[in-house]
Parts: sequence; structure tokens; C-alpha cells
Amino acid sequence: MSISIYIPRDTTANARGADDIALLIEQSAERFDLNIKVIRNSSRGLYWLEPLVEVDTEAGRIAFGPVTEKDVSELFEQQFYMGQISHKLCLGLTEEIPFLKKQQRLTFARAGITEPLNLDDYLSHDGFKGLKKALSMNCQTIVDEVKGSGLRGRGGAAFPTGIKWQTVLDSSAEQKYVVCNADEGDSGTFSDRMILEGDPFVLIEGMCIAGIAVGATQGYIYIRSEYPLACDIFTQAIQTARQAGYLGSSICGTSHSFDIHVRVGAGAYICGEETSLLESLEGKRGMVRVKPPLPALSGLFGEPTVVNNVISLASVPVILDKGADYYEHYGQGRSRGTLPFQLAGNIKQSGLVELSFGHTLRELLEIFGQGTRTGKAIRAVQVGGPLGAYLPESLWDLPLDYELFSEAGAVLGHGGIVVFDDSINMTEMARYAMEFCALESCGKCTPCRIGSVRGVELIDKLLDSEQQDEREEHLNLLDELCDTMEEGSLCAMGGMTPFPVRSIFKYFAQDLDKS
Amino acid sequence: MFKLDTDELNKESNQNQENNQIKQIIEMSMKAFNGQPVVLLPILHELQNTMGYISETVITLLAEALNLSRADVYGVVSFYHDFRHTTPGKYIVHLCRAESCQAMGMNVLEQFTKQTLDIDYHQTTEDGMFSLEPVYCLGNCACSPSVKISNQVYSDMNPHKMKQLLDSLRVKTNRVDVL
Ligand SMILES: Cc1cc2nc3c(=O)[nH]c(=O)nc-3n(C[C@H](O)[C@H](O)[C@H](O)COP(=O)(O)O)c2cc1C
Ligand code: SF4
Ligand code: FES
Repeated sequence: MSISIYIPRDTTANARGADDIALLIEQSAERFDLNIKVIRNSSRGLYWLEPLVEVDTEAGRIAFGPVTEKDVSELFEQQFYMGQISHKLCLGLTEEIPFLKKQQRLTFARAGITEPLNLDDYLSHDGFKGLKKALSMNCQTIVDEVKGSGLRGRGGAAFPTGIKWQTVLDSSAEQKYVVCNADEGDSGTFSDRMILEGDPFVLIEGMCIAGIAVGATQGYIYIRSEYPLACDIFTQAIQTARQAGYLGSSICGTSHSFDIHVRVGAGAYICGEETSLLESLEGKRGMVRVKPPLPALSGLFGEPTVVNNVISLASVPVILDKGADYYEHYGQGRSRGTLPFQLAGNIKQSGLVELSFGHTLRELLEIFGQGTRTGKAIRAVQVGGPLGAYLPESLWDLPLDYELFSEAGAVLGHGGIVVFDDSINMTEMARYAMEFCALESCGKCTPCRIGSVRGVELIDKLLDSEQQDEREEHLNLLDELCDTMEEGSLCAMGGMTPFPVRSIFKYFAQDLDKS
Repeated sequence: MFKLDTDELNKESNQNQENNQIKQIIEMSMKAFNGQPVVLLPILHELQNTMGYISETVITLLAEALNLSRADVYGVVSFYHDFRHTTPGKYIVHLCRAESCQAMGMNVLEQFTKQTLDIDYHQTTEDGMFSLEPVYCLGNCACSPSVKISNQVYSDMNPHKMKQLLDSLRVKTNRVDVL
């Protein structure tokens, strides 16, 4: 009997040395003549513990981490491969690690458990069950199921997925498309990457179901170029799925056909905005389109198109498999199901936390995150990417819920949470928000293109000026500029850049004097 | 006089060779669309992967092949940060400037890297070894600050690790050059 040892293959795990550890463990096993099989699984998303090495035992998988090269010989001496728990890096049963145990993993049910490109592994862990169900249903019942689940877009705008699908289903056209938005540009987010690298078949399954539901036979996925490993793994997964009959002209032997083409972005944040993404898919400059027409009616190459985020689509298989009610049962208010939050920045226990809506930021920061990595106090938290507000401690008890966040002038967006300690100068972050907008604006509207440049200049002047009345003047001007950007921009790039800026002047005004 | 002429001839034949290579890449990538509409972006990626950057020649030949104006192609190339207009160094060092990496000290690392390499963003060291580029998130935010060189991401970076990394890449290259 061989012993199975799991070491993730994942960008962050590799960045922390997983490739090297895997090789070293294989070599050591050979040297000691041990029958060990190294399996490169997906990451559990407990990133501060990567490389997380797991040994399969009768009681379950036992975890060791973070393992460095110099630990390997000692681990072998103490027979970690027999499930011996004496080594100082032993974390006990993986599933009992509190950070993981407290989560509600629906979309990420297989994270860290399966081997990303192993189709049999996927099938034996509920894989393609949702698709099989969908194949036995008619289009309208599939769409109704998605509507009933309460699933809303996880890319940022939180639009109900089922309603979007209905629009595409109801439109008639020779060719319809499903487009997966895998541009994941927000700082502090990596859940899309984890699906692409760690559970690619679930996304293929989700896209396939979307195609069948709305009557689209062609799918495109737009993956950002910053994710080379994700592009590789996902491309291979498509080939495997095609060979096994889950994609192509006769899905699972039925008359349905659906195929997926991979397109790689080119380093433009704005191409995550759906209409800019469609322009980019058509090979053009990523200029944002005026809506209407909605992409659902006139999208890719002018045809009706479902554009959905990776997590939205990857949540569809479990909804179909276990039913709308099962998914809808999680969450609160109009925020149903779970959101994979991502703890990033200066946080001790960083990684993926999939939880139902309704928990609080404080729980995420204190119970899951365990405070900052530097050991200092948490000062500010940016939720929802570069267009999201910076939140001070007074707002951490707000339940994580789309509507409640919106009322507080904040956004959940794609669930990214970036933590800063008290060494940060928030005025610098306000300047950066404007700078980022200036860099990434598609250039279509003046408030965004020029306003952001003026914003940087104004904040520089503010930082330079000594006199109080001069400062007041700059601040008032900045406030007016923010109004103009919010009201006069075509999309959220220009329209929401004022969110982080204004939150800083509202909650962290004392930093103006620090400089 | 005579020598000058061979130089000219060599230059011309090199140019011809390069043109043929570019045309070949364009042709191959157009075939890869396999019935799907032919669009610019994937072809540009393919060209940059092989040629290192998007030259004037590339733009001209691409415009011809796709029946577009040079301005059309140039417009697309200039929109995207990924496409280069000059030869890159042997290694492109991408520093992540986005929020999560700033929260973990990227500003210090950025200054250090610029000083050590003695270049700013979008420049290449005189020895042609390193180019420096900013990037906005590598999806490695759980272990910031992040750096990417070629297709490898490095996590939890600091000036000390950066120096080691740059040195090791220099040593590696010198060794290969000797062999
Ligand atoms: C500036 C900007 C950037 C965006 N970036 C992304 C992105 O990286 N990924 C994403 O899924 N959605 C992004 N969006 C949201 C998309 O426009 C769109 O709402 C989403 O892809 C729809 O899918 P969903 O309904 O499944 O969320 C962005 C929006 C804006 C305005
Ligand atoms: S707000 Fe900015 S990014 Fe959006 S369309 Fe206008 S110029 Fe383009
Ligand atoms: S912000 Fe640097 S890796 Fe995401």
C-alpha cells in the first residue's frame, strides 16, 4: 500500500515553495525506499500555512505546515508519512483546523481535497452532478432554479444571475454566447484564481449549464494575463472535458452542444468591466460601451450574451445538484448563499474564507484573521477592491450583506478584504486611488480621464500645503471633483473611485496632518 | 567600402528573415482560431511571446494580414499595458503596486529594487539583464508583497530576498553564457 501525500499546486503555494517541497519529498521517499505517492492537490486556501503538506491516514488527512526545505529531513526522521504527529509543524487533522472548520464551503467544497486536472477525482466528489440534472430539465426550469437560489453576481455588481439568464433565454438569435469574466483585477482577491487553478471542472460545468439554460453553444473565458498558471491549468481542463464528452457537439451524448475558448487579457484593469471585456474579446481597445443595449441582448459580436463572474458560474453546479432551496437557505436578507471572502494584506491568517452572508467583518478580522501579521493594531480595512471604501473599526460590526454595506457607503464587491496596520498613511492611499484610476481609465469620459489626474494633483497640493485656509480650499475642490466623477462617469471606474477617497477624508482625516 | 556593402546585405537578409518569421506566426495564430472569429489580441500575444515586443514591422505586417490600418493595430497595442514597444531585458521583474502589497511594504521594496537595478519602471538595465514593470495584483495577496519574474511568482518579498533573487538570476545567466 502506498502512502498518499498531498502538496498543493497553486500560485501562492508555489510562490512559497510548494514545487520544491514536492520534489524534495519525492526524492527523500526514493532515498529511504518508501512507497510514497505525492499528489499535487488544489490549495485549501489556508495560505499562511502554505506549503501545507497533508498525509492521508485512516482518521483523515493530517496537516503539516508551513513546510520549508530545511524541515523535510526532520519530518522524515519523525516519520510524518506514517501520520506521526510529533513534529512541531503538525497541525493535526486538516478538517479540524478552526480557520477551515468554521467555514461553509459550498462553491469551494473540493478546495484542497481533489487534484485539479483529475477528472475521476472530480466525478467522485459530486462532479458533473449539476450538469446531469440540468440535462434532464428544460431551459426555463434551469433558469427558475438559479433564480430561486437567490444567486447574485459575484463579480461586483451583485445583479441577480437568474434574471440575467432569463433575458438571454427570452431573446432570439442564431448564436448566443456565455462569457466568463476571469479578469479578477481587484487587489486582495484570488478566489477566481483558486477555482481556475484548483477546481477548473466546476467552472466548465457551470458554463455548460449556463449555455444549456439560455441556448448558447459557444462560451468564452477571458483570463487575465497575470495568471499564467491559471491559464495553463484551465486550458488543459477544457481539453480533458472535451475528450470525455462534457464539452463539444454532443454533451454527455445528448443533442446539446457547447464549447469553451480561452482568451487571455493584456494587463488592463478596465477590461474586467463587462462591456470593456466584450470589446477586448472582439480584439479591440477595451473601451467601455454605453448601456443600453445590455450585453444580455447585444453582447459579444452583437449577439445575446451571458456575462458572469467565475464564482457566480462556479456556484451554479451545487445549486443544480442540491437544489435552489439548499443554497438559498444560507445568508440573510436579499444576500443569499455564501461569498468566498479573501483575507489579504497585513493579516496573520490570510486566505479564503467561504461564509454565508450575515457574519461580520470583525469575525473575519479577529476570529479568522487573528489580527495583523506585523502584530500592530488594525487601522483600516478596504473591502471590495480598489473602488471600495476604507472602513474604520466603528464599521466592523456591520453584517456582511450587499444592502447593508451599500447603505453605509461601502461595497462587498468580489469579497476582497485588504488589511492595513497603523503604520499606513491613509492620504497616500487616497492619492493611490486617484492614480490608479488615471492609469486604468479607458478614456471615454472626461470626469474619469481628466478628473483622476486632477485628483492626484490636488492631493499632492494638499500634502504640500502648510496653511489651513489653503488646505480647506483644496479639500473643497477635491470634494467637488468627487461629485463630478460620481455623477458624470459612464461606469464605476470613474464613478466609484471617489468611494475610497471620500472614506479616507471622512474616517481618517487626521492623516492629513501626519505628512 | 566593400565591407559596408556586406553589412548592408546582412542587415537586409536579417530583416527578411524576421519578416518571414512574423508572417509565419501571424498565419499560425490565425489558423488557431479554428472557425471562431479572428481577432487581434491573441495574435499580438503570440507575436510578443516570440519576438519579445511589438515592433513597427510587426504592426505593419499585422495590419496587412488582417486588412486593417496601421492606426487600428497601433490603437489596440497602445491600449494594453502588456504590450512592449522596446526589446525587454532577459528577465522582466514585475513589482505588484496594488493595495494589498502596499499594506505589506511594497513601497520600500520598490525603492530598493529601483536603486539596486539603477532603473525606473519601463526601463531596462544597461547590461540587458532586467526590465522593471509595475503590475496591479498577481492574485497572491494572501502573501504580499508579490513579485513576478517570467512566470514565477515570489511571495512575502523584502529587500534582502530581492537582492538574493536578482543575484541568483545573474549567476545563473553567467553560468549559461560560459557553457
Ligand atoms: C472597473 C470595473 C472592473 C470590474 N472588474 C471585474 C472583474 O475583474 N471581474 C468580474 O467578474 N467583474 C468585474 N466587474 C463587474 C462586471 O462589469 C460585471 O458586472 C460582471 O462581470 C458580471 O458578472 P456577475 O453578474 O456574475 O458578477 C468590473 C466592473 C467595473 C466597473
Ligand atoms: S468612467 Fe472611466 S473607465 Fe468608465 S467609461 Fe468613463 S472613462 Fe472609461
Ligand atoms: S495586491 Fe499584490 S498580489 Fe494582489
